[in-house]
Amino acid sequence: AMDTDLSSQDRKDLDKFIKFFALKTVQVIVQARLGEKICTRSSSSPTGSDWFNLAIKDIPEVTHEAKKALAGQLPAVGRSMCVEISLKTSEGDSMELEIWCLEMNEKCDKEIKVSYTVYNRLSLLLKSLLAITRVTPAYRLSRKQGHEYVILYRIYFGEVQLSGLGEGFQTVRVGTVGTPVGTITLSCAYRINLAFMSTRQFERTPPIMGIIIDHFVDRPYPSSSPMHPCNYRAGEDNGAVYPSVEDSQEVCTTSFSTSPPSQCVFTVTKAHFQTPPPVVTDTLKVPVMGLAFSHQLSSSRLSYQPAALGVGSADMGYPVLFAGGLNAAHPHQLIGPGKEGGVPPIPSQPAHGTQADQERICTPLDGVHYSAATPSSSEDTETVSNSSEGKCGSPHDLLETIFIRKVGAFVNKPINQVTMANLDIPFAMFAPKNVELEDNDPMVNPPDSPETESPLQGSLHSEGSSGSSTGNTHDDFVMIDFKPAFSKDDILPMDLGTFYREFQNPPQLSSLSIDIGAQSMAEDLDSLPEKLAVHEKNVKEFDAFVETLQ
Amino acid sequence: PPRATPTMNCRAEVLEVSVEGRQVEEAMLAVLHTVLLHRSTGKFHYKKEGTYSIGTVGTQDVDCDFIDFAYVRVSSEELDRALRKAVGEFKDALRNSGSDGMGQISLEFYQKKKSRWPFSDECIPWELWTIKVNVVNLANEQERQICREKVGEKLCEKIINIVEVMNRHEYLPKMPTQSEVDNVFDTSLKDVQPYLYKISYQITDSLGTSVTTTMRRLIKDTLAL
Repeated sequence: AMDTDLSSQDRKDLDKFIKFFALKTVQVIVQARLGEKICTRSSSSPTGSDWFNLAIKDIPEVTHEAKKALAGQLPAVGRSMCVEISLKTSEGDSMELEIWCLEMNEKCDKEIKVSYTVYNRLSLLLKSLLAITRVTPAYRLSRKQGHEYVILYRIYFGEVQLSGLGEGFQTVRVGTVGTPVGTITLSCAYRINLAFMSTRQFERTPPIMGIIIDHFVDRPYPSSSPMHPCNYRAGEDNGAVYPSVEDSQEVCTTSFSTSPPSQCVFTVTKAHFQTPPPVVTDTLKVPVMGLAFSHQLSSSRLSYQPAALGVGSADMGYPVLFAGGLNAAHPHQLIGPGKEGGVPPIPSQPAHGTQADQERICTPLDGVHYSAATPSSSEDTETVSNSSEGKCGSPHDLLETIFIRKVGAFVNKPINQVTMANLDIPFAMFAPKNVELEDNDPMVNPPDSPETESPLQGSLHSEGSSGSSTGNTHDDFVMIDFKPAFSKDDILPMDLGTFYREFQNPPQLSSLSIDIGAQSMAEDLDSLPEKLAVHEKNVKEFDAFVETLQ
Repeated sequence: PPRATPTMNCRAEVLEVSVEGRQVEEAMLAVLHTVLLHRSTGKFHYKKEGTYSIGTVGTQDVDCDFIDFAYVRVSSEELDRALRKAVGEFKDALRNSGSDGMGQISLEFYQKKKSRWPFSDECIPWELWTIKVNVVNLANEQERQICREKVGEKLCEKIINIVEVMNRHEYLPKMPTQSEVDNVFDTSLKDVQPYLYKISYQITDSLGTSVTTTMRRLIKDTLAL
């Protein structure tokens, strides 16, 4: 009844547009999660198979899956096409990251021209989709997949299920296109409590306790369709052959007319021409999967050290945070005034995965001397080896993380090793490795006193005033009277230094035993020469800096 | 009949970013390319009886070196070169200006309206994007690392803002006949066809007033002549 005004030709065209729009939407989303850069060529002459005048390749398996899910239907009210993107670790834990929804609502635009305006707006919407797929958190995750995790997709049709995204998921709208039969909406709901992947993001989000746990919850809806890795080419590996998209699809050759606007000539031809099956470009490599995963994973976990490369030499490390009610100090509800002026919005998108953090670990800090091992640390070394022996053959798959708190130069007891055991918590690798106090972030709190330009200077001042030790007795290291830079804080009613002292050593859970992975210790020691070499390179800078203190 | 003034029907969008000096180019390119992705079509091929067909626009991912960010641009080397040239000049002007490192770069889409002799053709803008840039100086590597991430996050927000505007489906020039196509589109590129556009920039002091006496313009269609 609603579409009696639409000519039958228009109706047919519209249905075709929606169908191919849905298929292209799936291609864009899945290709954006392959982990590779996508590149297609512009062509001044229309080839006839490029729907919506955009060069979007068709991966046959993906089209096959999409068609299977749609089962000949089109998105309609209450029947949405959803592409679910999830992450799966090599140990088999998986977590939903995003749901892309192509929906139809009842709001009709009767006046709009199907073959012309709707078509062009669908093209625009696909361009928006290309842009938006690169700015949600899963994009960066997907670019780094392969070793520790992979990205999977699943297409389903029906009701949108967002419950797997965890609490507080965000939505971004890609766009809408009105048609005579309803309004097409394309949007993405994405998990944000992957926020702990970036320590910066962690500072602004609520404690993650309980958040990692939610993935243990059984999925309320059993998967009606299997998950597929975004970068797994089933067709190549097991010989299954998916019909090439061109075989049976109708090809759209678009012809537009400029004279008089009411006559839009739009021809759609059924073409059975043979084009070579779409070959994904060279940039889409297929990684060999599944082989050395556990090895890689464990070594990456053990080598993954949240070595506190916090700010300057007042490095404050915080224990790796993971589920189970760990009392991680969460002083970071602060929102300082942004440098741009005004209060910065809480970023909705955490930026980076483990690699960014690892890169950060490799970045040497200016002017920081990492003290060599001292007698106190050799004690710990002994503990390390002892417990590592105890570790062998443990029935629990205990992985340990050494957490090294590095306090900068001129401190008597330079290394405090706080070690936490990591039960076999999935995604622990994504937990923040170190958490900087936001107050030490110059981007958030611009220095308010001209003489202290960097936190480095501030904390070195504090080193100068050696004296009373106010360190927590649990520590092996002696805390000199701590005068943190930017320590006056309007938001918290307490001094930053006090705060830091109070929260620097959260009590460990009794349920967690402390074992130390010898391997990570060894790797840490291995990396010391490298670090020393870097600092040696910068020795002139250090010397100059020390000069300024004299 | 009264003449339409050039500012009628021109929607204006303003985006602001704070970046480090070395991030200026990539940030500007990311925004400009994202806008132009939405404002470029395939090449038109006019046929008999006033019909035309449209070529295909390819796209490609671009990774930034100084920002934790990636964006999609139209696959057209000519277009990329033109944008890089404009952004390079802007960056140099910012650097040489001696001001606080503030400026803005504008991307204006316009239509040409032919006038009768002796009047010259009018350029009527229909969409104006302005990116205000504040260049920050950072003291050490730590801060730079943070800046990489923060600017990346900010650019994600900008892309979402741009897409929001594009989705409003507001005024777009009518699809032109063959004789009019050069009044609406830039037909000089061989592989894609953006709407006619101009890029200009200004260096400002912290009060927002222009300190350069000349406002330099890169006029696309005159370069094409």
